[in-house]
Amino acid sequence: MTDTRQRSFEDNDQKPMGFGRMLRKEDPRFVRGRGRYTDDVQLPGMLHLAILRSPFAHARIVSVDTSAAAALPEVKAVITGADLAGLGLAWMPTLSGDVQAVLATDKVRFQGQEVAFVVATDRYAARDALELIDVEYDVLDPVIDVRQALAEGAPLIRDDLDGKTDNHCFDWETGDADATAAVFAKADVVVSQDLVYPRVHPAPMETCGSVADFDPVEGRLKLWSTTQAPHAHRTLYAMVAGIPEHKIQVISPDLGGGFGNKVPIYPGYVCSIVGSIVTGKPVKWMEDRSENLISTGFARDYIMRGEIAATRDGKILAIRTNVLADHGAFNGTAAPVKYPAGFFGVFTGSYDIEAAYCSMTAVYTNKAPGGVAYACSFRITEAVYLVERIVDCLAYELDMDPAALRLKNFIQPDQFPYMSKTGWEYDSGDYEPTMRLAMELAGYDELRKEQAEKRTRGELMGIGISFFTEAVGAGPRKHMDILGLGMADGCELRVHPTGKAVVRLSVQTQGQGHETTFAQIIAEEIGIAPADIDVVHGDTDNTPFGLGTYGSRSTPVSGAAAALVARKVRDKARLIASSMLEVSVADLEWEKGSFHVKGDPGTAVTIQDIAMRAHGAGDLPDGLEGGLEAQICYNPSNLTYPHGAYICVVDVDPGTAVVKVRRFIAVDDCGTRINPMIIEGQVHGGLTDGVGMALMEMISFDEDGNCLGASLMDYLIPTALEVPDWETGFTVTPSPHHPIGAKGVGESATVGSPPAIVNAVVDALKPYGVRHADMPLTPSRVWDAMRGTAQPPI
Amino acid sequence: MQVTMIVNGDEVTREIEGRLLLVHFLRDVLALTGTHWGCDTSNCGTCVVWLDGEPVKSCTVLAAMAGGHEVRTVEGLAVDGKLDPVQEGFIQCHGLQCGFCTPGMLMTARALLDRNPDPSEGEIREAISGQICRCTGYATIVRSIRWAAVNAASEVTS
Repeated sequence: MTDTRQRSFEDNDQKPMGFGRMLRKEDPRFVRGRGRYTDDVQLPGMLHLAILRSPFAHARIVSVDTSAAAALPEVKAVITGADLAGLGLAWMPTLSGDVQAVLATDKVRFQGQEVAFVVATDRYAARDALELIDVEYDVLDPVIDVRQALAEGAPLIRDDLDGKTDNHCFDWETGDADATAAVFAKADVVVSQDLVYPRVHPAPMETCGSVADFDPVEGRLKLWSTTQAPHAHRTLYAMVAGIPEHKIQVISPDLGGGFGNKVPIYPGYVCSIVGSIVTGKPVKWMEDRSENLISTGFARDYIMRGEIAATRDGKILAIRTNVLADHGAFNGTAAPVKYPAGFFGVFTGSYDIEAAYCSMTAVYTNKAPGGVAYACSFRITEAVYLVERIVDCLAYELDMDPAALRLKNFIQPDQFPYMSKTGWEYDSGDYEPTMRLAMELAGYDELRKEQAEKRTRGELMGIGISFFTEAVGAGPRKHMDILGLGMADGCELRVHPTGKAVVRLSVQTQGQGHETTFAQIIAEEIGIAPADIDVVHGDTDNTPFGLGTYGSRSTPVSGAAAALVARKVRDKARLIASSMLEVSVADLEWEKGSFHVKGDPGTAVTIQDIAMRAHGAGDLPDGLEGGLEAQICYNPSNLTYPHGAYICVVDVDPGTAVVKVRRFIAVDDCGTRINPMIIEGQVHGGLTDGVGMALMEMISFDEDGNCLGASLMDYLIPTALEVPDWETGFTVTPSPHHPIGAKGVGESATVGSPPAIVNAVVDALKPYGVRHADMPLTPSRVWDAMRGTAQPPI
Repeated sequence: MQVTMIVNGDEVTREIEGRLLLVHFLRDVLALTGTHWGCDTSNCGTCVVWLDGEPVKSCTVLAAMAGGHEVRTVEGLAVDGKLDPVQEGFIQCHGLQCGFCTPGMLMTARALLDRNPDPSEGEIREAISGQICRCTGYATIVRSIRWAAVNAASEVTS
């Protein structure tokens, strides 16, 4: 039987010495239940922390009485905002340079906001004690509808900010307003469409949590936490808490998914640190699902007006957009400092146009902070949704096939590197073959015939296309930093005397397979088998500094660092090989894993031989130190711009308005492919996100500011029954500036799929005269769209 | 109160509170942390274990209710260090990424195959529809379970 298995799955048994399909090194522990996630950490004497949260969206805190809670024998500490204010820790900086309350002092600004916390002997007792805290609130009118946030007389949310008299957060613009207006004025056709990208939530299956262990004797803090950016967190804790950075160790253990949810610092982490300092014991905080959905980083919430100008025959001339962004009560958006709207500037998409302009206003509302999360690549989800919807609206207006319209307007391969009208230099792309491959895999022409035939029978079938260009790998430190920390990434490679190796990364996997793929990069460069390479990450004491994993930046930045550090080690190995073989360096030839004398393949030394020599007693070339290791800090010269062509086929039941995704074809081009199996998995996961966002998911609020999506009963995530078996393909257009030509890909499918699905549903509803319908396209919303009574979601 | 149950073949007796959930009994008391806790409304299924051979969501069972019964968790899936075919299938077909839903998925998959050794794709999707995965998009999980079905006899001993 074993033979049968091997025959059936022989491609699984590839053991590449570098790039290619390779089974994951991390899987054996996970399938045995031997992963180690934050809530698995148990320490002697460990206490548990629970957080009391605001039941109101906006209310002044009149008083907090903790005496009954503190009197419980299991309770070791009860801390309020006033207590934290005494320590100077009631407020903390956000990743956007705003401040956020750790525990509310003056008033609460969103439902679910942290008001007090309890530390007790177990998690049940801590929850009991929350029930005994008595908070008196003076309820204020909330600001819920973002469209009303700047209205005259709107309640003021941020009275903590000096001189603040309204709910304005920031303005931002990009492109050339005048040039764009001029192009619009001369265009044959102008189409305008209002689009809402509703508030959603990344909802990783593992929620956020931490275990803080402060040693008062050494003054040393050890913090296990669910963080995608352990080094950046360490630095911020040092700056905020006043603990010297060399005495803070942040450990990000196995993470049960991140999807951008685990980039910010949350009040709970700070509370666990304070709890440990106060009690002298390790303190665990683990939020539940409702807390995760109601209080941690949301995603999207952009209200966009899209405008597109074109000639009658379908040449796109310009795109213009105006955006109203809801940032919640505190601006906690995780974006590089100079990019308050993230990389929304790439909204010109994959098209060669004459002009573009965007103006944006961001506002505060009485909702949880966030915005950048859920595989958005810093707002590119919104940018791609905008351009791919508005292009479809143009196709509708011109009565032109949406594939043909896109093909007519693509940036051409010889135009790369291509400077977009909003200042983004696309590195490489060959769009038409990608589009053609997707159409071929889908059987596009046949699908259109099927659709025409079905329409004659009143059946609703839709075909939706999305062609996107991503921008990932933040980023060049000249332009990009998070709170002053340049967005570079370190890598260290150490080859042991026996030729085994350890590579240490500054990025932190959340399931994307770094332990496998980074071993493959090193293997490709230095010829040590991936099984012989240990990938270490997530422990700030044991890894080089860097900015962490989000924005699909691991491969572009840290992957580049890994390749270059391996080349650095290889350069040293070459010097040692030349002395071992007694030939000049110029006479050596590298063949993955060994150096041989040119023209004499039999006279060779392997990397293992060289490693032993580097650590051994034999002579080394003059001036060369012993050992075989190197480190690097890689500053990328540009982002990488992967692209993809997605085609979605839906069937809509005319009687119930239920949308069924029948097929989804995804062709991605992320340049050089390190591990096709892992890329496919990334794409599958992202496409599922897309189905969730397009059809099911939304965090909404009632007029009092009650969050209506704060549990999995209401916040619907696709199960195996809502998604099809994905169909994937690929093309390869390497990034010219990346050491191995690889581009990021993790977020492409989440970015690219929602417009394909919405385009498909709108296409299906064409017989009803529907030009647009806002997400999530639930049966009730589709039903309304079919009857012309659809309202944008709030 | 005192509770006694069989967990992965071993009898365990502990003093517990009546309100303690089985998921926390397994994780916090027995340190069997393979079983996870992903929601508070019984939707996600990351906590699925077997109670007398039936997959149950252990966040929705009191530990006391498991008294006198047999519980099996992901830690008890491999026999004598040899992976169950479903475990091997998930590795071979990339049926996991972050690994958080995996233990629950594996327990459901094994239970499905014990009842229906040759399930169709539709039957597999239905069987795991009480469980949410945020990483894989499910297709590779379906393939993993099919792999285990095709390769059933190669490893399984239980």
